[in-house]
Order: sequence, then structure tokens, then C-alpha cells
Amino acid sequence: MLSYLANPLRFMRFSRLAVPICFALGIVMVGWSLYNGLLVVPPDERQGGDLMRAMFTHVPSAWLCMGLYAALAGASFVWYIWRHELADVAARAIAPIGAGYTALCFITGSIWGQKGWGAGWHNLILGDSRLMSVLVLFFLFLGYMALRAALETRQKAARAAAILAMVGIVNVPIIKVSVDMWQTTTIHQPSSVISIGSPEPREEGSGMNPIYLQQLLWGFGGHTLLAAAMVMMLMRSEVYTQQGDRLLARKLEGA
Amino acid sequence: MSNAPLLHGDGLGAVRGERVLFRDVSVTANAGELILLRGANGSGKTTLLRQLAGLSQAQAGTIERAGLHHWIGHTNGLKAHETPRSHLRHWARVWGSARDVDIILKEIGLQRPANVPCRMLSAGQKRRTALARLALEDRKLWLLDEPFNALDTDGQDLLAARIKVHRAAGGAVIAALHGASPIEADREVTL
Amino acid sequence: MTASPLLSAFRSSLSEAWASGAGLLLPLGFFAGTATMVPFTLGSEAELLSRVGPGILWLALALSSMVTLERVFQADLQDGALDLWLQDSGSISLIAAIKTLTHWLVSGFPLVLLTPLIGFMLGVPSEKMIPAMLGYAMGGLVFFLWGGVAAALSASVSRAGLLIALIALPLYVPALIFGVQMVENGLDSPSFLFLAACTLFALGVAPAAMGAALRLAAE
Repeated sequence: MLSYLANPLRFMRFSRLAVPICFALGIVMVGWSLYNGLLVVPPDERQGGDLMRAMFTHVPSAWLCMGLYAALAGASFVWYIWRHELADVAARAIAPIGAGYTALCFITGSIWGQKGWGAGWHNLILGDSRLMSVLVLFFLFLGYMALRAALETRQKAARAAAILAMVGIVNVPIIKVSVDMWQTTTIHQPSSVISIGSPEPREEGSGMNPIYLQQLLWGFGGHTLLAAAMVMMLMRSEVYTQQGDRLLARKLEGA
Repeated sequence: MSNAPLLHGDGLGAVRGERVLFRDVSVTANAGELILLRGANGSGKTTLLRQLAGLSQAQAGTIERAGLHHWIGHTNGLKAHETPRSHLRHWARVWGSARDVDIILKEIGLQRPANVPCRMLSAGQKRRTALARLALEDRKLWLLDEPFNALDTDGQDLLAARIKVHRAAGGAVIAALHGASPIEADREVTL
Repeated sequence: MTASPLLSAFRSSLSEAWASGAGLLLPLGFFAGTATMVPFTLGSEAELLSRVGPGILWLALALSSMVTLERVFQADLQDGALDLWLQDSGSISLIAAIKTLTHWLVSGFPLVLLTPLIGFMLGVPSEKMIPAMLGYAMGGLVFFLWGGVAAALSASVSRAGLLIALIALPLYVPALIFGVQMVENGLDSPSFLFLAACTLFALGVAPAAMGAALRLAAE
């Protein structure tokens, strides 16, 4: 599939259909999860009452900011080894979307934690290791975009940015471990989505209410589709921009 | 002596941004030859020379080099704190050359300012220091970017004589040049 | 590649650092000055100072690494020395590593030497002095190596200081955390091993990245 789409022409043909479909499906799914999450499901008093409704954005965006950084590094790697121009276009498009989702994850996390975990806003940000990891990830995205913007030609920017993304991804696990060690007293609950399927009887309060889980899964799917649609849209605009620049260069040369 | 060219570049191309600088350029340098790269400002002479030297990646085409080469770019490669003598000593050490740096300095006319930091030297003296590197080690291929720049007539004659000796000894020179050449070239590559 | 190019690269960048005013006095003054500022900003309460003092010095070390590295590769690019290094293929990663290590030696290592003095001033307990010195030495290496990667990536950017900081800071986080913990918990804590692992990792990965970045910068 990916190698099939590595051809820019095929990609443009594919994405012309895929972008609106992904957008439509994504909006419907996110909308459904938000509608249910914000208005229908009962608030969980243990997790901050109504504030816990931020979870339906927070958890999907947390998964996406990690996933998008991995995708960024993957695309950079592909470009660096095989020089598929489209891989660089993809990496370039992923960066702002990824930065957006890290910001979203951080903001919703702060809202959720504001009351739910009994900590003030300030304590939450500086006291929670997972949110700090997200914040570091945000700066990795930011540095990536700043480096791309600072270099004068597309080729240089692509190469430098690819090196940076690869250096970044090998450091992400270390950053994660270090931040976890720094603040062992996380106010985060342990990941509860995974434990839903565990067969042995759980003590009260662990695991997740299936009502919540359902909305979360809608959110996961919807946000993933939305992110994919936005990335492809940016890629399309980048391909068009490059074509335009090429025409412009030729025209200026001829004049 | 084998007949293989010292350098052979085939179907070379360069793109800067979305702008195509040149495409499908081929350069061959055989022993004893002087090749000049010609073209207007911005036509990509320096880019082509850097591709031949392996400093820039060729966006198209292939380059084969028979061995090491000397590179004199349009920047001289001198650090501000270096003197001509310390500069040559440094690269002699890096390359493992046993040549006498003082003799080289004398031959290129840098005996007097040999211990003056480069930031106090004139452009011509810096250029001579860079050109003195050519004498540190015997390398068959010289890649020179505007080598006559900043040199006085004395210096130009000196360099022309050096190039002549080098070619007679079976070496080859590829030079990017925008002005008139003091030496007759075997071939010109026009961009 | 024999040792002599590396040795001459070391000698050359040492005299370069010296000549460009980044001699021993500059970093010593910088660290001492930073340490002197701490009581002014936080008050002279002894208990507070001994607690935050080491952390402030970590920040000073991170700052000095970024400030001194801005020109390391940029100068080489502008005066053409980078082109010369690139002629002998394959060695540029090692040369880059030597250059950053030299700069660490000149502007990071002095903090290690100064630690007992500054620590005494800030009232850091004496049993924490050895872990602190070791921590600054290893953490400084990590800072300079990743900072070197950022500097190499932005070598062709004029006024790259802020860019270098933005790129390098996330990469500084692990060494910073482990380093501070190690001073807190002593040498037999896992933080020490983690910091050592970070240092080795940076030594292994950063030179290759610097080499690739410098090849790119020369284009």
C-alpha cells in the first residue's frame, strides 16, 4: 500500500478521494464520541465529575501525538534511505498536526486534572510525568518545524529535518524513562484502557466502564481519521506548492 | 600508467530549491589535462565543482574518482588564529606529509608573513597560503575554484607554472573560472 | 584513519577555542557569576541555597554548552575548513566529536573543577561534592554532544542561537533529570547508572548525526 502510494501521481489521485472520506468519517465519529461523552454518559465522581469528560479528547490525542511522532520519524527514515520525495512531503505535513495534537493533549489533560486529581493547575503540569513527556514531545515537534523553516532550500531542509527526527525518535524512550523517574508520584491513573479485557476479578475502581470505553474507541478512530485527513491535505497542498514553485522558477528563468 | 581517467562524471545535474541549475553535464579529466568550467554567474560552476569533489551530492548522474584530490575552494580554509606556517603544519600532520613546510612557504613567497595570524594577512596572501597546500602532498587531481582570484600577477604566474609542472607530471586540473584564463585549457565545460 | 588527524584536530580546535576568547577564564567567570547570582535571586537562606544550588549549576552548564557551540561548526563552514575536513571521507564524524569534546573540555569541564568552591559557597553538603562533580562531568558531555548535533544541523543558519536551544533542550532532559537525582541520591543510586548510560548513548549516536549534518551543511 505505502509503496504503491509512493508515486506522487497515484498519491494525488488516491488522496483526492481519501481526504473528504476521512474527514467526513472522522468528524462523524469524533462528533458521536463527543456528544455521548459530553452529554450522555454519567460523570464519574472519582475522576473529577464533569471534568473527566475531557478524557474523550485527551486520551485519543495522547495516542496520536506519540503515533504522529513515530510516523514523522518513519517518514524521515524512508526519505533518508530511499529518497522518496513523497516521504519528505509527508514528514513535513505531519509536524504541525503532531504539534497540534500534543498541544491538545496537554490542554485537555490540564483541564481534566484541574479538579479531578485534587491538584492545582500549576501542580498538575509540573507534577505529572506523563504530561511533562507530552510537553517535551511538543518541543521536539517545534524544533523540527523551526529547523525546517530556517534552512534556505527544500533539499537542505529535508535532509537536516530527517536527521533531527531520527535523533529525536531514538531519544524519546530515554526521555520517557527519565521523566517517569523524575516524578514517580504521578497523579495519573494507570493505563486503564488495556486492563479492560483482563479476566481475573479486579478490585473496585480499576478497569473502565464499558460506556466510557465505547466513546473512547470512537474518539480514537475519529481522531486518527481526522489526523490522516489533515496530513494528506497538507501533503496535497505541499505537492501543489512545489509544482507551482517549479513553474515559477522556470518562468523566472525564461524571463 | 593506466588509461583510466582520474575523474569521470556522467550525466550530472543540480537543483536548488525548485530551480534547475544544470542537467546532463559530463566531465572527464585524464592525466595531463586542464579542464575549465565556464559559465555566467549563478550558472552552477561552483556547484558542479563541489559535486566533482564529493562535497555536494549530485542530484543526478554518477562520479568516479581514481584517488584523493586537492581542493581549493573559493574560501581558503584558514582559521583566523592560524598563521601560514601553522596552517600548513596542521594539514601536513593530518595528511601525514613529511614535506618541509618552510621550503614550501619560501617557494610560494610567504616567507616573510609566515608567522602572522591570518586575520592580519591580505586576501592575496591568504590565497597563496591555501595554494601552498597543493605542495604538501602529491595528489593527481586538483580541483580549484577561481584559483587566480585575489592573486597579483606574480602570484598568477606562479600558479600557472605550478599547474604546468603538475600536468607534465601526469596530474590533472579541473578549475572553475569566470575570467580569461592565463593558461590554455584542453577542454572547456560550459554551463 | 590513524590517530594523527584526530590529534591535530584536537590541537587545532583547542587553539581556536583559546583564540576566540573562550579560554579557561571565560567559562570560569560564567559559572562563578551564575553561582553568585543565585543568592541574589533566591535569598541567602542556607537551607534553600544548598537545595537549589546544584540545580542552578545544571542550568548554567546547559546554557554554556549552547552558547559556546553556536560558532563551532559555523566558523568551519564559513572559512572553508569544513570542506577540507570533508575531503578525507569517513572521518568527519570523528572530527566533529573531537571538536565538541574539545569545547566541553574548555567550557564545560571548568565547572567540574569549580564545583567544590561554588558548592562550598552555596552550602552544598560535602558528601554530595563527589557525585556533583562526576554528574557535571558526565552530564556536560551529554549536553555538548547533543548541543553539537543541534549546532551542526543549524550551521548554515545565521544567528542560530535560539534555534540551537530549541532543538537541543528536549534532548537535554534525560541527562538533566538523572544528573540532579544522582547528586540527590548519591553514587549507589540507579540514577548514576542511567546517567552513565545516557553519556555512552550520546557518545555513540551523536557523532554520526553530527557527521551527517555537517556533510549537509557543506552543500
